Parts: sequence; structure tokens; C-alpha cells
Amino acid sequence: MRRRLPALVSLVAVAALLSALPFTLSDYNVSLVAQVGVFFVAVLGLNILTGYTGQISIGHGAFMAIGGYTTAIMSRDHHTNLVVTMLMAFAICFVVGLLLGLPALRLSGVYLALATFALAVSVPELPLKWSKFLGGSGGVQSAKTVSNLWLYGAAWTASAILFVLAWLILRGRVGRAFRAVRDSEIAAVASGIELPIYKTLAFGISAAYAGVAGSLFVLATNGFAQPSEFGVFLSLQILVGAAIAGLGSLWGILVGAAFVGLLPNVSSSVPVIGSAHGRDVVFGAAVVLIMLVLPDGFAGLVVRLRSLVRA
Amino acid sequence: MATAETSRRGGLRSRGAAIGGVVPPVSLLLVAGAVGLLVGCLRSSLFAQLTVQGLALGAVYGSLALALVLVYRATRVINFAQGELAMATTYVAYQLIQWGLSYWEAFPATLAIAFALGTALQVVLIRPVRHRSVIAAVIVTVGLFILIDGVVDWIWGSNFKFMPSPFGTKTYHVGGVSIARLYPGMFAVVLVSALLVWALFRFTKLGLGMRAAAFRPAEAALVGVRVDWMLAIGWGLAAVLGAVAGLMAEPAQFFLEPTLMQPVLVYAFAAAVLGGLDSPAGAVVGGLAIGVSLNLAVQYVHPISSELQTPVAFAVLVGVLLLKPAGLFGHREVRRV
Repeated sequence: MRRRLPALVSLVAVAALLSALPFTLSDYNVSLVAQVGVFFVAVLGLNILTGYTGQISIGHGAFMAIGGYTTAIMSRDHHTNLVVTMLMAFAICFVVGLLLGLPALRLSGVYLALATFALAVSVPELPLKWSKFLGGSGGVQSAKTVSNLWLYGAAWTASAILFVLAWLILRGRVGRAFRAVRDSEIAAVASGIELPIYKTLAFGISAAYAGVAGSLFVLATNGFAQPSEFGVFLSLQILVGAAIAGLGSLWGILVGAAFVGLLPNVSSSVPVIGSAHGRDVVFGAAVVLIMLVLPDGFAGLVVRLRSLVRA
Repeated sequence: MATAETSRRGGLRSRGAAIGGVVPPVSLLLVAGAVGLLVGCLRSSLFAQLTVQGLALGAVYGSLALALVLVYRATRVINFAQGELAMATTYVAYQLIQWGLSYWEAFPATLAIAFALGTALQVVLIRPVRHRSVIAAVIVTVGLFILIDGVVDWIWGSNFKFMPSPFGTKTYHVGGVSIARLYPGMFAVVLVSALLVWALFRFTKLGLGMRAAAFRPAEAALVGVRVDWMLAIGWGLAAVLGAVAGLMAEPAQFFLEPTLMQPVLVYAFAAAVLGGLDSPAGAVVGGLAIGVSLNLAVQYVHPISSELQTPVAFAVLVGVLLLKPAGLFGHREVRRV
């Protein structure tokens, strides 16, 4: 219990800080922090897959696209309540993730990276083919748009719910199985873990999280789902966020999400390089540097600092 | 354990040959495919045109796939930035031409710059993460992907750029089929570069050292091979092949833009996996197969339109990984328990 206490305190502190923020920030800054919430959900989802189960995915932007299009299309065609569309995005992406987890069963390491990368590149092409239903390159506009404050509330409420859900999943039997798969598939099978079930399950859960992030993402762009928004860059952003987050630390995920959510926005006003391309230059350079300097992400840094304090 | 040892050693020996350890059904399949194409070409001139075009595009995919395979064999890392690197070197060529060089003067200069760039990247960025997880190395190349994109955008902007055509605008007429000189030209350039790289690996001491460093780093170091440098040179050579792919992809698309190589990278992934991720010959064959079949499928298979090319490549990739993960010519991975 004594070891749990600091974690609980930091959790409460984060929650308090986040609920106080909208009263002090300007509307633009609220939208930025809401953006961080969107990435928090996506990075959290990928952390379950990559961090806990050891399966890499460079294709989570594709799941976000599916979630985002679900929201936009349901709103356009049926005027569905936006919160309901998020739940639908969760369910649809869970199923799609399970299905895509099946081929991923036979892949690992670089092969899985390749397959998911190809997924990230191909999914945004689909709206161009079925342009009547999916809106072509022009995109789909949802019937309703939301204010920044609404988005902020929705993003961080979803983050909180999904964080607790992730904690519940990972603390018990399922989480132990995930970690066993990550550490050694052979040892996991030898101790009676059904590899196919847990690997596809991890894919499904992680995709469902990305789906919710995708529908929030679409709401953040005025309810407008567009293929170009869901390009490879988005998938790379999520992966980078998860890499920076490191493993099993709330603070890590917050930092990772803030990094990928804020840096492209902040760095587009870098002097010298200029607005349009500053984003990619700074972002790419930061990613490479962080990987070289912080091998275990932010969570690893926390662990190292702690051991320094103790010593 | 014993099987692992023998198969690896056998693999090392047969890798020297152009196509190592091909099982008969695969070669039969390829011959059947070639015969099918030939029959089609004789019967329809449109089919022949598409085939020639597909072979030329496929050569470009094969070239980039070969670059990926070289890097994978040497360092067991997939370089996700390979396509962007190729795109960036194509911009270098564009700049050289702007400064007054002719296309064929800029060509070798670009390749030299690409070699230096590839080597430098390995030394500065990949070497430090070499002994960490695959995920770490992949993320570094992903960061590089974004960085190169940004730098190119910064220096040259995202407007379309136009380069002079390397092969002129002449068209050949062969038995009622008109073929732009561009396509055989592309095919020949890629083939010659691939053969040169193959010869380098096969017949020179440097190539021997590189092969040794890739397969048995520890033992190679013991007999005096400078493993780190061999791996760096491998990255340099991969960058050269990528540059060839970029320089040949540009005339096929008729303009230069920062996203030039992104779809090509997906086709190259599919090609490399189809041929077997550790087989250089497989990469070239895979590239040609992907190029021709995509080009023909867009014309003849009704539901596949040009927007669906990358999803189809994705389907091929996943299909191959499910049915035959080692690809056509690859070697089965044997893992030590």
C-alpha cells in the first residue's frame, strides 16, 4: 500500500490540474491541451500493444482514420449523438483490430513493422476509391461541430475512463499474459498462455483506443474527416509518442502525448526555418535525439532519476 | 540447434550465387509468369505496352527493395527512411542540374553524394542504437523519415519541380507497339546498377568483408574485418541504389515532389517481402513482379483502379507473410530457443 500511495497522489494531482486548466487558459490553449488529450488516448492504446505486449505497430493512424470516419459518417448520415459515435468507433475498431491481429499473429519484429506501415499508407487511399460513401479526397463533414471546451472535456474524460480501463486490464491475469508474451513467446506458451488469443486481444484493445482517439481527432478538426489528415505522419506521431512515453508510467504517457500533440504546433513558429516546414524538421530531429539520449523513454528517465536520488 | 547451424552455413555459401537455393516450384512459377506475359504481349499491343511500362516501374521498385534488403541483411533493421533518402538525393540531382550540370553529369555526382550521406547516417545515428532493440532502430529511421521530409520541404519547398528527361522523348515502334525510350532506359539503368552492386559483393575483397560482417560479425572481427565500417559502407551502397530508384522514379512521374517515394516505398516493401527479405535477387524479381502485375491489374482487373494500388500492395505483403513468410527466395529464419 505504501508503494501505491505516490502513484495515487500523482494521479489525483494530474486530474485536479486538468480540471482546473480550462478556467485559466485561453480558448486557443484549451484546444491545444485538448489535442494532447487526443494523443494521450492514442499513445495509451499503442502502449498496451507495444509496451506491454511487445508488438510494434506503425499503423495506428489507420485505426484512427477508421474511428474518425465512423464519427463523421454517422453524424452526417444519421445525426447520431457524437458520444455515441465514439462508442461505435471503439467497437468497430476493436473488431477491425482483432481481425488485423490475426495476420499479425504470424509476424513479429520488422515484419510486423512493415505490414502495419503498409496498412498506414493504404487506408487513407480507400476514401478516394469509394468516394460516394467516404467523401473522396474532399473528406466528410459531420453534421455537428463542437466547441473547444466540449472537446477538452470529452478528450480528457475519455482519457480518464480509458486509463482506468487500461489499468484494470493490465493489473490482472490479462496484463500478466501480455507481459509474458512480450518477454518470451516460447516461455509464455510453455506456461499455458494461449498466444493467439492474447496477441489478437492486445491488437483489438489497442485499435479500439486508437479509434476513440480518431473520432476525437476528427472533432478537433471541426468535424471534418479528410484522407490527408490521416497520412503516414499521424501513425509515426503515435509511435513516437509511445517511444517517448516508455513503459508503464502515467507521466511518461502524458509527456509523450504532450510532445507529439504540442511540438508540431509549437515548432511551426520556429524562427529561421519558417512556419510550414519547421514542424517536420524540429519534430524529426527531436525524435532522433530523444532515441539516442533516452533509450527507455521518459519512464526510463524517471527510473534513473529515482535511483540517483536513492543512491 | 544442429539444424540451425548447418542451415545458416548452407545459407552463407549459397548466398554467393545469384539465386541461392531456389526450390523448383518457384522457378516454374516464374517461367510460367514470363510465358504468360509473352503470350499476352504477342496478342495485344496494349498489353505489351503495359508490360514494358510495368517492367520499368518494377525495376525502380526492385532497386529500392534491393536497398532495403542490403540494409536488412547487414544490420537486421528495416530503414523506413530509405525512400525519403532516395527522394532527397533526387532533389540534390535537381539542384546540381539547376547549377548547370547536364543530367548525365549530375547522375554520378548524385550517387557519390548519396553514398557519403548513407554512410554518415549509419555512423552517426544507427551505430549508437545497433545493440538495442529492433523497435529503437526502427523509431530512429522513422524520425529520420520525418526529418528528411522537413529538410527537403524547407530547402526546396513542396511545389512540383521539373527535371530534364534523361532519355529524350523518342518513341520506338516494335511490331505495331510503340514504346517510349524512357522505359527501356529506366530498366537498363536499374539493371546495370544492380549488377554492379552484385559484382562488388561477389568478386571484390570489400564485398567479401561486407558479407562476412553481415552474417558473422564476431567471427569477421576476429579475422580482421572492420565490421563497423563494412556496415557503414553497406548503408552507403543502399543509399546509392535508393538514389538510382529516385532518379528513375522521377521521369516516370514527370515531376519531382516531396512525396515522390512514399508509394514507391510501399511497393518496395511488398517486393522485398515477396522476394524474401534477405535475398537480393529476390528483391529485384519481386520488384519486377509487383511492377508488372500492378500495372496490368489496374487496366484489366475491373475493381482495381489506380487509387487501389497501394492497398493491393499491402494485400500482397500481408498475403506473402501469411502464406510464405520467407518469400520466394528467402531463407527461413531459424531461431535459437
